[in-house]
Amino acid sequence: MIELRHIRKEFRVAKRGSGFGQAVKALFHKEYETIHALQDVSFTIGDGEMVGYIGPNGAGKSSTIKIMSGILTPDGGTCRINGRVPWKERTAHVREIGVVFGQRSQLWWDVPAADSFDLIRDIYRIEDDAYRRTLARLTELLDLGELLKTPVRQLSLGQRMRCEIAASLLHSPKILFLDEPTIGLDAVSKIAVRDFIRAINRENGTTVILTTHDMQDIEALTERVLLIGRGRILLDGSLSDLKARHSTRRTIRVAYEGDRLPPFEQMKILKDRDGHAEITIDTAVLPVQEAISLLAAKTELRDLSVSEETVEELVVSLYQEFAI
Amino acid sequence: MKLYWKYAAILLKSQMQYKASFFMTAAGQFLVSFSALLGVSFLFDRFHTVDGFTFSEVLICFSIVLAAFSLSECFARGFDAFPRLIQSGKLDQILTRPRGVVFQVLTSNMDFTRLGRLAQSILVLCYAVPHSGIDWTAEKILCACLMLIGGAAVFSSLFVLYAGFSFFTIEGLEFMNIFTDGMREFGAYPLSVYGGGVLKFFTFVIPVALFQYYPLLYLTGKSQERGFLFLPLLAFVFFLPCYAFFRFGLHHYQSTGS
Repeated sequence: MIELRHIRKEFRVAKRGSGFGQAVKALFHKEYETIHALQDVSFTIGDGEMVGYIGPNGAGKSSTIKIMSGILTPDGGTCRINGRVPWKERTAHVREIGVVFGQRSQLWWDVPAADSFDLIRDIYRIEDDAYRRTLARLTELLDLGELLKTPVRQLSLGQRMRCEIAASLLHSPKILFLDEPTIGLDAVSKIAVRDFIRAINRENGTTVILTTHDMQDIEALTERVLLIGRGRILLDGSLSDLKARHSTRRTIRVAYEGDRLPPFEQMKILKDRDGHAEITIDTAVLPVQEAISLLAAKTELRDLSVSEETVEELVVSLYQEFAI
Repeated sequence: MKLYWKYAAILLKSQMQYKASFFMTAAGQFLVSFSALLGVSFLFDRFHTVDGFTFSEVLICFSIVLAAFSLSECFARGFDAFPRLIQSGKLDQILTRPRGVVFQVLTSNMDFTRLGRLAQSILVLCYAVPHSGIDWTAEKILCACLMLIGGAAVFSSLFVLYAGFSFFTIEGLEFMNIFTDGMREFGAYPLSVYGGGVLKFFTFVIPVALFQYYPLLYLTGKSQERGFLFLPLLAFVFFLPCYAFFRFGLHHYQSTGS
């Protein structure tokens, strides 16, 4: 159970203009700028949930993750995770969580991953039996096998990420924080990582909190989405709710006999050339079937397809709506 | 403790991945400190004593300070290179592991090439010990050992203090080098040669004299004060304010963007 109430976090950053003169000035007198990274963040996540945490760069995603994983101390608000305050009972807390920062490595660069795993076993004081079982299972699920014997620096990014995720799960954490786990991965690795995350969530009941810019991750993995912007939670709901609420727009592509479409009310023609047209409608104003019958009445249709907004477009329209 | 050795083993293994580089750096460290040694010997070419201390006595002082410094540079390297730990985000990772922060910072980095310097200081010591004319009783040997341990403690504490500062700024932290790298150089001579003010500063503010000057007086028989023998242990107290400051910094840690 994760519970955040009115979490606030500010950063003070030194402000400095460019150029030599400014640099000299900064030596004697420093100006600070306060950045409100998190202004008022509250949410509750139950055990075994899989939650996507999205928002544009600098919205406060990483800060929230760092507070929940005990790295940062917030300036205000309360946070309880499985009954503990992360930054106060750090060692007890981190024993139950796993953290993967997609852009950083927790493995020792110059030695094989197996050596790192061994050390992690000792750091977490994992029982030999449990360790062997977990490692065998992770090796099978993530297809690690030979990778474990290769020095980490010689692994490809996808191979390394599989090792990273395995490393963060050796101690069977109850909660897994994934900060952009699929960043920079190729399609095959992405799918492997997603399948694995889903399996862990289903079989072990691990709570997963995922930040990502890859909307396919969100679509493939999470039931629930939290949208953060300007340091606040702007939306909290299921992906299908979001779609239903925010995506009444449909794109209709038609192929027809003739040159040009006549103008229609409540239909916006985006493209129209050589008998192929792309039209958008708002289903709140004009339902799809009416639009189709209107089109069919005025032209001779050869082909027609209707598509909804992609998750990416949805997120862009959300960002626009909240002006973040 | 078992875990400490495991960390040490994995770090040594990592550094041994580049064997040539490792041994050349170690040899370099060994040679570089010769310049300081030469400085001492040139000085004694002209003057036969410095503030009442003979060449061999100064060499003992020199080698113990150097050895203490090399030990802390090797084993407290994590604190010495702390700004890098912050910048690379390694500290975030340390904080997500269920072990003490100090322990993990210590084990994040050990620079075994610094043992090249240690080797040199041991060589110098081997030369100075029989030449010094000191009657090496058990007490005197204990005194020398305590000087070494106390010295390593003070240098390590300074690194911890330095790490504490780096939570707030990384600009202008070079002044700390006066007390660490600088002390390695001018700590070669008993601190009294720099005058009373300096001696007081390094007794009460940064307790370098506690492991260097006073025990040396006892060691060389210039003072019969038995209490001087245990002063290096007092130097350990210096760790407390340094550690407190480090915790204070950690509480205000801002992390870096990802």
